Amino acid sequence: MTTNLVVEQAGPFVSIQDQGRPGYMRFGVPGSGPMDRFAFSVLKTALNGGEDFSAIEVSVAGVRIRCSGNPVTGAVVGGKFYVDVDGKQIAPWSVFTLESGQTVTVRGADEGSWAYLGFAGDIQSPQWLGSRSTHLYSGLCGQPLQGGDQVTLNHSRVINRDRELSRPRFSRYCGSVRVVLGPQESLFTPKAIQNLLEGEFQITPNYNRMGMALRGPKLEIQQALTMPSEGLVRGAIQVTGDGAPTILMADHQTTGGYPKIATVISMDVNQLAQARPGDTLRFIPVSADEAVLIARKANVLLRDYFDGL
Amino acid sequence: MTPFDLTPVADVGVMMRFGNTICAEAEAAVATAHRTVHRSKLPGVTETIPSYTALFIGYDPLVTDAKTLCTTLRELDFSEQELSASPKVWEVPVCYEEPYATDLKELCTLLGKSRDQIVGEHLSGSYVVSMYGFAPGYAYMRGVPESLQIPRKPKPVADVPAGSVIVAGPQCLVTTLTLPSGWWTIGYSPFEFLRRHESDQFPVAVGSEIQFRRVSLEELSKVKTDQ
Repeated sequence: MTTNLVVEQAGPFVSIQDQGRPGYMRFGVPGSGPMDRFAFSVLKTALNGGEDFSAIEVSVAGVRIRCSGNPVTGAVVGGKFYVDVDGKQIAPWSVFTLESGQTVTVRGADEGSWAYLGFAGDIQSPQWLGSRSTHLYSGLCGQPLQGGDQVTLNHSRVINRDRELSRPRFSRYCGSVRVVLGPQESLFTPKAIQNLLEGEFQITPNYNRMGMALRGPKLEIQQALTMPSEGLVRGAIQVTGDGAPTILMADHQTTGGYPKIATVISMDVNQLAQARPGDTLRFIPVSADEAVLIARKANVLLRDYFDGL
Repeated sequence: MTPFDLTPVADVGVMMRFGNTICAEAEAAVATAHRTVHRSKLPGVTETIPSYTALFIGYDPLVTDAKTLCTTLRELDFSEQELSASPKVWEVPVCYEEPYATDLKELCTLLGKSRDQIVGEHLSGSYVVSMYGFAPGYAYMRGVPESLQIPRKPKPVADVPAGSVIVAGPQCLVTTLTLPSGWWTIGYSPFEFLRRHESDQFPVAVGSEIQFRRVSLEELSKVKTDQ
């Protein structure tokens, strides 16, 4: 069975994302995929999606989609967004049914920068290197959604009773993230390290899928900027010559020559992605060994949460 | 094996660094380490990024951790492949004429050289792909002769077309996408470092040698049809 998803309206930065495009950074290809991987996993689990499940990543600017054809189960997970079906508001984390002709609207509201809108079925969209994740600046795998677009959903089906999904505390941005210092902390002054760990930063409007620029106490580099370009990861806090930090996000460049004072641990990058311009941010140091233990403990928590879905 | 340092990167990777100076020795060591890591299929390794003096190795923290990975990396045998490795050579045609060589005129003024001198100098370099970066398929080559090394432009220029042959300092690359760049455009190449419709989309491996060949505008149209 097939359903057509007709995009009636879409703000900027609404795009199709799947698990991303890992393994190609050595050729300059960003990992892409969802900004908030945790929210995406919840959505995938709620809709019984497989490994190649893809969904629509919705920015605060929002999207309105009309269902045409076979009725289908949909779901929204992510920030605390406004969601309605045919004008009737439902909870920000919800599973619902769309009949032919009905519309679902998702847009930013109380909290969060991203929500994921998915359906029980297979989104048909361009693929590149085994992934449907739109890479916004290259256009190598389709373009962001726009009003007038149609997305075909194959094998669309109704799978679930409509319900509200529980929104765990750890999915929300809480004003701080944990970091491991480095890999170039030695290029910074002791005062810079102190500023990073004791100071308060603010997220600037310069926040997109590539990175999040911060404002805050100066992170002074004590050596000239002569380090050779090297590989980068999501969560890396790179500092430019003027002492201003940027945290790299899903579509970040694969290599760069700015020193990284610290790196946000993988779990916390998801929460951080939900922060908004104007929000404050503090950094809490952990060791690399602790960071791995945190990832493993978090995974147990996540499994329990998924089992309960 | 060239000595190296290992630095954990949060809970997602290890940086294997062969000094901090860009040189042929460090590059060869990175290339060897990269091949060895790939061949060894280490459990939990999800990503590798070779660069001038370092190899980033990304891992899944649910499968392995920095300590285990560092121990394994210290025990790997990198020696054998260092001997057997013979880099592949690619011939890359370049048209240094208008309308493609948009910055050549300005470079002539800046460097006080004729077009032919600049083209000759560019062709005389021996180029090696040091790493990929910036955007998909952007293969950074080292090897621009010293006489032609110019710092990047003060500000990036928008919409530098795909296929542009651009230089800055000792580096040269052929763009695969139309994106902003602060490097100098000296020509155009139909050679595709990113082949979206082939099974191997990135045929040019890091460590490959590149030989540029001058083609005229007329030859360029022929090369284009042959491809």
